[in-house]
Amino acid sequence: MDLNTLWFILIAVLYIGFFVLEGFDFGVGILLPFLGKDDARRRLIINTIGPHWDGNEVWLITAGGATFAAFPHWYATLFSGFYLPLFIILIALIFRGVAFEFRSKDENPRWRSFWDWAIFGGSAVPALLFGVAFTNLMHGVPIDANMNYTGGFWNLLNPFALLGGLVSLLGFILHGAVFLSLKTEGEMMNSALRAARRLWPPTVAVLAAFVVAMYFFTDVLKQLGINPGPIPIGSVLALLAAGYFIYSRRSGWAFAMTALAIVFSAATIFLVLFPRVMVSSIDPSFSLTIYNAASGQYTLRTMSIVALVFVPVVLAYQGWSYWIFRKRLSEKAEMHY
Amino acid sequence: MDVLNLSQWQFAITSVYHFFFVPLTLGLSVLTAIMETIYASSGQEVYKRMAKFWGTLFLINFAMGVVTGIVQEFQFGMNWSEYSRYVGDIFGVPLAIEALLAFFLESTFLGLWIFGWDKVSKGLHAAFIWLVAVGANISALWILIANSFMQHPVGYELENGRAVMTDFGALLANQYVWTQFPHTVLSGFTTGAVFVFGISLYHLLRKKDEDVFRRSLNLATVFGSISILLVILVGHSQTQQLVRLQPMKIASVEALWESMDPASFSLFTWGDEANLKDRFALRIPNLLSILAYNQPTGLVKGIRNLQAEYEQQYGPGDYVPSVFTTYWTFRIMVGAGLLIFALMGLSLYYIVRNKPLTSFKWARFLPLAIALPYLANSTGWLLTEMGRQPWVVYGLLKTENAFSPNLTPGMVLASVIILTLVYGALMAADVYLLVKFARKGPEQPEGLEQPGAAGAD
Repeated sequence: MDLNTLWFILIAVLYIGFFVLEGFDFGVGILLPFLGKDDARRRLIINTIGPHWDGNEVWLITAGGATFAAFPHWYATLFSGFYLPLFIILIALIFRGVAFEFRSKDENPRWRSFWDWAIFGGSAVPALLFGVAFTNLMHGVPIDANMNYTGGFWNLLNPFALLGGLVSLLGFILHGAVFLSLKTEGEMMNSALRAARRLWPPTVAVLAAFVVAMYFFTDVLKQLGINPGPIPIGSVLALLAAGYFIYSRRSGWAFAMTALAIVFSAATIFLVLFPRVMVSSIDPSFSLTIYNAASGQYTLRTMSIVALVFVPVVLAYQGWSYWIFRKRLSEKAEMHY
Repeated sequence: MDVLNLSQWQFAITSVYHFFFVPLTLGLSVLTAIMETIYASSGQEVYKRMAKFWGTLFLINFAMGVVTGIVQEFQFGMNWSEYSRYVGDIFGVPLAIEALLAFFLESTFLGLWIFGWDKVSKGLHAAFIWLVAVGANISALWILIANSFMQHPVGYELENGRAVMTDFGALLANQYVWTQFPHTVLSGFTTGAVFVFGISLYHLLRKKDEDVFRRSLNLATVFGSISILLVILVGHSQTQQLVRLQPMKIASVEALWESMDPASFSLFTWGDEANLKDRFALRIPNLLSILAYNQPTGLVKGIRNLQAEYEQQYGPGDYVPSVFTTYWTFRIMVGAGLLIFALMGLSLYYIVRNKPLTSFKWARFLPLAIALPYLANSTGWLLTEMGRQPWVVYGLLKTENAFSPNLTPGMVLASVIILTLVYGALMAADVYLLVKFARKGPEQPEGLEQPGAAGAD
């Protein structure tokens, strides 16, 4: 395996990690107005993700930084090409991040309600748009011979991409509902499980539809990279298993399964792409690949050493922080947010 | 306005705004960590109340730094795609390392610190805030390694019209890093110190919680005195370095139109920028040579001479940055720094003399000094970045060739307007909370709740 492939895998892992981790805190944020019937419950909901959301978001920042370092042309084409959707995501993340810290620092109900809606919107918009963006990556977008995106904003909102957005939106909400049921007790746990039961059938439906559509709308069956084989089916199966555990009220297993469904879905996208990183709909030869978009070998080697040393350390302490906060929260617990 | 101008505006607005929050994060994290360490090792409750009080203000500020930082990381690709393609091989590396080494550390341990007060031992909990402080300062190191490459590119080769990294060690050893990094971090420490100083004095003047605020003020004064002294010393050697590495920046800062030896320092210049000459100027002879070389004589190159030199070297073009901007930002930065130095010295003097500042009538104006480090920080960056123009990477790539060609002016105009409005609104909310919590003061110690509070529920 060459370094270009290694970095493709590492970046894929970073994005997948981001979807699995930030996915549930997006979901919890979206559920906030629906399950948080009063202020005490809303605080409880926010505090379940309190210690984690920021660390989860760093997976995205690191993915962005790694893309910049390892595949500058991918970073340049993607971020300038998807300018407006990315900008909307950034505004959403800005409001959301500030809202967590600000909302409980003032008693005024209108102040709190404003930031609660910021958490909702700041979670829902990226949850939808990340699905749209990644579906477009494999669907193909107009990229010219100079690696510049030539389409507009509306190009990105094609039906297939919107279906992908719906998958990520519903998937993250379900993932968040299961997480909430895992982190709370009593009445809140029950309402989270109820929400999960209601969300599960439509999530299965859109994911299944998406997997089928993928074979029609992309060149997954005839392209030169890796056939994802059973992995897309695996994501549907994992989601079916999640349903079983939700209905039998085993939140831990249900969470593992929604996480697995996200891993498989996102892995499918990267497998279908490989060795390309962005598909050109103008001419396949204009596509960006892990070779024509990459940094020099010296840079990749340097980055590999850094990653090899520090990624395990990061995983260890981030995992440890989840261990410290493993207990379920109740409304009586002391809360920061 | 075209995409280039609008993107420059956007970058300037988002960067200055982001750096409004970063220095306080750098300094206040360390000060909070020191307070909590004293609590953990001595068990004195008052230090816990200090750590919690300043920690709350730290968190309100930190949230803004985080969210505005995401924009910083992404807008190179969004607005400056040609730049990203040209230097991604080099510039992307410290950015990625920053995320991996610093952002994970900061965010994870901040979560542990906020939510972990009763979950781990005192010592371990103090270690959390130290790790946050270390993370924040490591983050500064890596982003400044990246910025230093733009100021003084090293460790690269040009290959097919792109800069390619050939020596990672050279990137780290870049001499520009080792003046810029201490200058920036120490400015952050100074910002934290003046912030703590000002708020503490405000409360001491009202005789509120003197236990907490006397200690805070003393700690801030010692910490701030050392920091500002070093800021000034490093700043001085930075100037001398610029004389060698970016002579145009220095010439522009001094409104030095023609080369001079010995060179004079401008006390006040009203210049005619279009024709590169003075309308009116008051200059101190020899002083610029002294600042540049620590001796009364020595050649400092002038703007006209450098312009001619660069035209020969790089071809026709305008190589002069905005003289007005560089001239005044430098003077505001240095002026604010010297005022802080005087302030810290004054406070230190009266602490040593054991005569509290609060016994002076004029002391009630001193909390306003909190604005000084902010002024110095913002003007310092404007000087650094605008003094580098027309280059985005000094001597290699001009800003006019760095923006994203696929964007339309309408798109960037929309993002500039929305960012400005959103940032403005959030700034208002942030300052509202900072003022509210700063005024409120620390939580009362347990068992000593104010009368009436207990019966309320």
